Amino acid sequence: MSPVQRTVSRTLLVLVAMFAFAFALVPLYDVFCRVTGLNGKVDTTAQALVHEGVDESRYVTVQLVTRSGAGLPWRLEVEQRQLRMHPGQTVEVGFTFVNQGAAEQWGRAVPSVTPSQANRHLRKLSCFCFEEQRLAAGERLALPLVFQLDRDLPAEIHTVTLVYTLYPVASGEIARRAPEAQGGEA
Amino acid sequence: MASKLPKSPLEHSAGGAGAAAESPGAPPRGLLRWLLTTNHKEIGTLYLVFSLSMFFIGGIFALVVRLELFQPGLQFVEPEFFNQMTTLHGLIMVFAAVMPAFTGLANWMIPLQIGAPDMALPRLNNFSFWLLPVAFTLLLATLLMPGGGPNFGWTFYAPLSTTYAPPSTTFFILGMHLAGISSILGAINIIATILNLRAPGMRMMDMPLFVWTWLITAFLLIAVMPVLAGVITMMLLDINFGTSFFNAAGGGDPVLFQHLFWFFGHPEVYIMILPAFGIVSAIIPTFARKPLFGYASMVYATASIAILSFLVWAHHMFVVGLPLVAELFFMYTTMLIAVPTGVKVFNWITTLFQGSISFETPMLFALAFVVLFTIGGFSGLMLAIAPADFQYHDTYFVVAHFHYVLVPGAIFSIMAAVYYWLPKWTGHYPSERLGRWHFWLSVIGVNLTFFPMHFSGLAGMPRRIPDYALQFADFNLVSSLGAFLFGFSQLLFVVVIVKCVRGGEKAPAKAWEGAQDLEWSVPSPAPLHTFETPPHVTPQPHP
Repeated sequence: MSPVQRTVSRTLLVLVAMFAFAFALVPLYDVFCRVTGLNGKVDTTAQALVHEGVDESRYVTVQLVTRSGAGLPWRLEVEQRQLRMHPGQTVEVGFTFVNQGAAEQWGRAVPSVTPSQANRHLRKLSCFCFEEQRLAAGERLALPLVFQLDRDLPAEIHTVTLVYTLYPVASGEIARRAPEAQGGEA
Repeated sequence: MASKLPKSPLEHSAGGAGAAAESPGAPPRGLLRWLLTTNHKEIGTLYLVFSLSMFFIGGIFALVVRLELFQPGLQFVEPEFFNQMTTLHGLIMVFAAVMPAFTGLANWMIPLQIGAPDMALPRLNNFSFWLLPVAFTLLLATLLMPGGGPNFGWTFYAPLSTTYAPPSTTFFILGMHLAGISSILGAINIIATILNLRAPGMRMMDMPLFVWTWLITAFLLIAVMPVLAGVITMMLLDINFGTSFFNAAGGGDPVLFQHLFWFFGHPEVYIMILPAFGIVSAIIPTFARKPLFGYASMVYATASIAILSFLVWAHHMFVVGLPLVAELFFMYTTMLIAVPTGVKVFNWITTLFQGSISFETPMLFALAFVVLFTIGGFSGLMLAIAPADFQYHDTYFVVAHFHYVLVPGAIFSIMAAVYYWLPKWTGHYPSERLGRWHFWLSVIGVNLTFFPMHFSGLAGMPRRIPDYALQFADFNLVSSLGAFLFGFSQLLFVVVIVKCVRGGEKAPAKAWEGAQDLEWSVPSPAPLHTFETPPHVTPQPHP
């Protein structure tokens, strides 16, 4: 191999590695966000209740925001837009999905938490956001959110905002995962 | 930079041997000669001519923007078209004007400066140039397509560039892919040339700084252009194949786009300025008639800037909601870049100190570079302060900042290089009188255009919007007048180049009294083939 060929093959190697690295960043970013709780990414599996004493010395305001995304004629109603709770306390809030469209459709509420530091201290025991929902035209479906904020929540966090955005789910995607998704509501 | 430019070297080398043209080894004539050429000087000229024409196309887009912003309200263009103009202005200037101009200079000058007969991979060189006209024909053709061209800003943030993009976006992506492949191939060629074809006796630390800065730039290109290719491939998949890399509905994340884009984008910024450092480091010692102060520290400073450029990308994203730790990290690393950059500015000024300076046109552009680029650097430091950036973000202050580093930074350095090396390319000195007119009109035009943007930006005028509040009217009036002055004075540049190709005062091999590098040892104009037997370089100790 001539010196020029050697240089070129080495640079080509770096080139391919960097292209692969760009794609590797997609899962890495996801894992990084979940591990550190950055970017408000929320675990979509149920967590166990922790029986720790309720920290009655302080209150945290929890705001619940729901939004409709493009392409899904649904509404997500929440019984309380804002509530005050102690860290360590377990709270249940009722949500209602309403399909305002004329067709049966699959949809999903994608959760997000602000500030992102609160993410690691949020424990969802049960959430409608863990799974997709199927709603017939005009159907209303009430589902609960049960959650805790643990006692280690940093003291400077006084307000935690939970946002749920509705997105359509392609029926093909459901068909592929039909066995697990049949349960519908958690 | 003019279309006829390398004709003279060819005639020079043919030397009246008309019979040679019929021999099998003779180069083809006419258009085919340019299509098939593998000569580094001819390809360099092609790059430079291409870049100059794109500079005017991108400039026309900028003038459309400035025309609309001449006074408040909507006068001349629809907001949709305005968005396409801002986007294409940025894309064309970055990928079709500045980058190819530097590659063209590299093609012409690197073999001459290291005593190599040609680039290491001449046919690849031809291919990487001819990808460019194809790439930018595709990109510009989007303007004529239904729904118009790209309208999402040169940073093409998803989901603006995916979910809400015009149907022509796929053509934009293919065009960018081709331009990216062209840059990558060019970079491979430059690395292979510099590492393998140096004249005997020339060690790495004997290379002129233009060669050094280009070597480091080429490594940056190899490292980040594939990431850009990855990002636009993800966009292509999101748009056409139903994936959700950047679509929250499918579990993707639009913020991921910004991370990936700026992981490419910030090193890209240095790709556009490091070769400029090399050019200025060649011109200032020549006209100060002193060796460059701190050669080794220049090399190390360039390398540190390149390495740091991978650690600062999120300073473009201070307002996306980064955690405090990340804001601080990226703020400090960004400020750290001021240290090696300060070393460079210090070295240039110290080179000037007690020199016997003369102010020919290349020197004027190089000195303006040092002053105005430093102003751009200072506004960059202001933007690096994370809490302050919440105020400056997406305002005209940012526009002022990056135009100060790119126009009187990168573009002035390219103009300085053209004036500096035109005697070597054409055998004639460019007109000093016209050159001065070009310089002074440009420097006044640039400052009139971009200096008021600092003020309108600090007062809160948002960028990329075709209309603005009445309070910004005066600043915008001045900016628009300056832009038209700057734009039209570039026609003088073309006049200078064309006149210089056609004739003018004959230049000797060593066209500038204080010039030291190897390219000044070959005749002016440089014959088509140089250094077929490598020169022997005796290393000179750097002061």
